[in-house]
Amino acid sequence: MTDTITTPAITRTIDARGSFCPGPLMELIRGIREAAVGDILSVYSSDKGSKTDIPKWIEKAGHRLVSLETRDGYDEIIVEKTH
Amino acid sequence: MQRILILGGGVGGTLTANLLVRKLRRQLKAGEVAITVVDQTGQHTYQPGFMYIAMGGERADKLQRPERGLLDSRVNLVVGQVEKVDEPTRIVHLKDGERLGYDYLVLATGSRILPEAIEHFDTEAQHFYTAEAALKLRKALDGFKGGRIVVAIAGMPYKCPPAPLEVSFLIEAELRQRGLRQASEVHFCSPIGRAFTIESVSEMATPIFEQKGIELHTFFNVETVDAERHVIGSLEGEELPYDLLILVPPHKGQQFLIDSGLAPAPGGWLPTDRATLQVGGRPNMFALGDATDLPLSKAGSTAHFEAPVVTERIVAAIEGREPDHKHGDYLGKVMCFFEIGDGKGTLLQFDYEHPPRPPKPNQVWHLGKIVFNKTYWHTVPKGRV
Repeated sequence: MTDTITTPAITRTIDARGSFCPGPLMELIRGIREAAVGDILSVYSSDKGSKTDIPKWIEKAGHRLVSLETRDGYDEIIVEKTH
Repeated sequence: MQRILILGGGVGGTLTANLLVRKLRRQLKAGEVAITVVDQTGQHTYQPGFMYIAMGGERADKLQRPERGLLDSRVNLVVGQVEKVDEPTRIVHLKDGERLGYDYLVLATGSRILPEAIEHFDTEAQHFYTAEAALKLRKALDGFKGGRIVVAIAGMPYKCPPAPLEVSFLIEAELRQRGLRQASEVHFCSPIGRAFTIESVSEMATPIFEQKGIELHTFFNVETVDAERHVIGSLEGEELPYDLLILVPPHKGQQFLIDSGLAPAPGGWLPTDRATLQVGGRPNMFALGDATDLPLSKAGSTAHFEAPVVTERIVAAIEGREPDHKHGDYLGKVMCFFEIGDGKGTLLQFDYEHPPRPPKPNQVWHLGKIVFNKTYWHTVPKGRV
């Protein structure tokens, strides 16, 4: 038997690298507002604060943090819109 | 004949047209190039002034000038509303039936506000994103005798991210000056986990909130207005009552961009390359200013620094050369003033690689903003700064 890791299909990628104003979280909030329930959004952020403030907002807003990965010079945060 | 068609006579469209004239003088004189701007009203509006109608005694008629007077005489101006961009034929259709062909298309179509997207917005909330609304807010403030003022944001993105914060500071200062501070509360709802998106600005602003006694509510993105109870609700599930509500309305891109298949619904923001400003990889189509989907401030300043890039790319294509990378790549530069109240301000300047490091608020930056507001007509649209 083989374990398989399923990566959800990304509905939309938001490249917010280099965004200081309005910033990656604001870009994600925009994306979530425009998305449909069940959509999977991926946010790229080069802002070090995103690793903490984006998961905090996701929890507060009741959506689902799918994953948070550090890549080459940026973080990728994947979120599912749940309601 | 190479036809350059620019949709929108705001900061981005006007400046791009005038910069193109400078670079293409010879081709214009020889009749090898034509530059046309399409604007829906023929009036150029200085939108950052709206806040000062509400907060600083500015007059609406001082914030508008005929677009014709700002454009170089070699630029054609067509006043009309765009209905559709037909890519296969390279023709822009106007609502009055006129058709305009293009070889290069510049989309400087800005953003539009949709207060009606929030139920009860019109009867319950004030805003300052049009001259008329800002005047209505001024009247509401004049009639305010004390109570709870709430400043909040009902959509993302919105024009000029610092503006709601500035309005909170300016209102608090006004209430003190009018002797109403003791009888009032000022609340600011931030969509994110701190006062402002830029950490260094937030660090600067947070003590000002404390000093001014403005209550900060974080992670509060307004979704509903309850007209009976005078309460706003957030998408994070919280509520906040108000007596006077100042709400940044939802913004979207232009509907014809969605209808023409250039921008996705529901937002209508153009998919734009962050360096080349090309739309969806099309070599002959560019976007700048509020119309793009770039993760940047929707502000005139953004368009101001993008216009030279669009200009260089079009000029290079017409001259049959590669764009000069020094001028042909946008590096994310934005620069804007930030009002703190009590006659003080600061400056935010940043790009994709460099976060802003705002100087300590002082009178100089406040005066800088006032001078910029007054001299705008002679500087920015004409490419003098």
